[in-house]
Amino acid sequence: MALRAQTGPYFGDFGGRFVPESLIAALDQLGEAYDLAKLDPAFAEELAELGRSYTGRPSIITEVPRFAKHAGGARIILKREDLNHTGSHKINNVLGQALLTKRIGKTRVIAETGAGQHGVATATAAALFDLDCTIYMGEVDTERQALNVARMRLLGAEVIAVKTGSRTLKDAINDAMRDWVTNVETTNYIFGTVAGPHPFPEMVRDFQKIIGEEARQQVLDLTGSLPTAIAACVGGGSNAIGLFHAFLDDTDVKIYGFEAGGEGVDTPRHAATITKGRPGVLHGARSYMLQDEDGQTIESHSISAGLDYPGVGPEHSWLSAIGRAEYRPVTDDAAMQALRLLTRTEGIIPAIESAHALAGALELGRELGPEATILVNLSGRGDKDMDTAAKYFELYDQEDAK
Amino acid sequence: MRTVAPVIRRRNDEANGALIGYLPVGFPTLDESVEAAVALVENGVDVLELGLPYSDPVMDGPVIQAATQQALANGFRLSHGFEAVRRVTERVDAPVLLMTYWNPVVQYGVDRFADDLAAAGGAGLITPDLIPDEGADWIAASERTGLDRVFLAAPTSTDERLVRTIEASRGFVYAVSTMGITGARSDVDAAARTLVTRLGEAGAEASCVGVGISTAAQVAEVLEYAQGAIVGSALVKALAEGGVAAAGALAADLARGTRSE
Repeated sequence: MALRAQTGPYFGDFGGRFVPESLIAALDQLGEAYDLAKLDPAFAEELAELGRSYTGRPSIITEVPRFAKHAGGARIILKREDLNHTGSHKINNVLGQALLTKRIGKTRVIAETGAGQHGVATATAAALFDLDCTIYMGEVDTERQALNVARMRLLGAEVIAVKTGSRTLKDAINDAMRDWVTNVETTNYIFGTVAGPHPFPEMVRDFQKIIGEEARQQVLDLTGSLPTAIAACVGGGSNAIGLFHAFLDDTDVKIYGFEAGGEGVDTPRHAATITKGRPGVLHGARSYMLQDEDGQTIESHSISAGLDYPGVGPEHSWLSAIGRAEYRPVTDDAAMQALRLLTRTEGIIPAIESAHALAGALELGRELGPEATILVNLSGRGDKDMDTAAKYFELYDQEDAK
Repeated sequence: MRTVAPVIRRRNDEANGALIGYLPVGFPTLDESVEAAVALVENGVDVLELGLPYSDPVMDGPVIQAATQQALANGFRLSHGFEAVRRVTERVDAPVLLMTYWNPVVQYGVDRFADDLAAAGGAGLITPDLIPDEGADWIAASERTGLDRVFLAAPTSTDERLVRTIEASRGFVYAVSTMGITGARSDVDAAARTLVTRLGEAGAEASCVGVGISTAAQVAEVLEYAQGAIVGSALVKALAEGGVAAAGALAADLARGTRSE
């Protein structure tokens, strides 16, 4: 069977639905609505039209020769999801799920967010579709991404700072699930990544796979052949699966996911789930996760809030297990250096998340040599990360650095 | 092996039904959690449900979250769960179920977990985030060891799913009273009565209602139609605020709800 034909609930040994029975009816309802929508040309057309007239699809590709000089001379091409409305790939998924919310007749949406990109995208769709919206965000993340909190509130969403557990993305997911269990009659959970219980991993992938479908043709048009390798950052893994999916059966194309290596994978402070974790059950699916001997989730660390997650989508675990994709860690510092390098050489400021893929591409270019072409998913723009970058590179005047 | 079905049957014969009390292992300390569990039984709780603290408890409300988070911060290990079961069952006759999220069992090894629980004198498991559809390993391990397995039923479960849950469960079916997470509520939803009626029509021998029950009056009301009433957050709150004595006193009060007066 073609790898692209794989659907949920299981990807090899991974996936499933490990959730309270109270959520099963809602997951079934969502899954059935999605299965019907998949077969309905009107749904596809409505989503495509939103892509064209709202998101700005297709997103362009940009070749970055000055940046590529630092990558052993390989050609590097960026897929510009940073240019989407709301500034990242997250809008692709949110518009699809918001349309489904309307179809199943629910009037309120909830979502978790780490960096705030998915929260902003969800709040945007809620404004567009006139839905009530509540966003759960770890208290730690509300502090490091205060600008996005303000954006969500301006869009009309209620933002709840989650104070339980490690007060980051994983705890925001827990609280969003608790809200959903309680309010399932009126509320749809717009999950932001390809993790979670079925149907989310499959459905979110399907809403994101347009990234790779567009990019595959765009690279063919530009270079006359498929890329040697493709690269994306992996937290939960939605931008990565979105890029990878169209290439899964192109056996000559190497696929690389770059996880957040934090302060180094030999320290406890990282979020390199596939590199350093082992299979377990978290947030409704069996997948790789960071955990201690007793199966308690270990708190992850990354300078990038969007990758600071101790789990990963089950399809990535499967692609790793069967050897179709390779997952490597990139440290905070390598990502920040790549962020600055792309900014200085090409005038494009990437999100810190996406900078992990750029750092990975620099490494890949040196390995694969000057004949290689590497397609990188530039999943988000860096505006939200200015404060982190300014502090990291000491860009504030001393007077202001309070 | 002490299983729960005979106790629930007996309490339905001699009284209105069974009172099931929940406390987390390791809160506020391992020793005090054992003392509190013993005190619950000595004050009229018929079946104990001991919760294993877990980092990501999606079914739990704020009271239980706060308690289990403190237990984890104090250094709770899975081995403490078996130790608590052993110490409690050495002192009282009530059957002891462990309530655990699924990942700790997977990491410990499903068969090894079942063997160690049985060896400690435990009656079985309540698994809030394991549905029968994903439970083949646990069903096999509990068949082999004779442990009870309590799956959850929700007001939104279809008739087909209720049948499947009843078939997969042994001991009782945990009927979630209302849509939501654990925590005391002023009304136990009418949804609970409907759900238990549906479970009975689908063939359930014993349905116990949990989530939201905190008073003797609510226990009595639930036992009008269900075979057991499960109280959690209210007992944890009593233990947190007033220690073992307060938890015991609340248990004695709740137990009044099992008797006709």
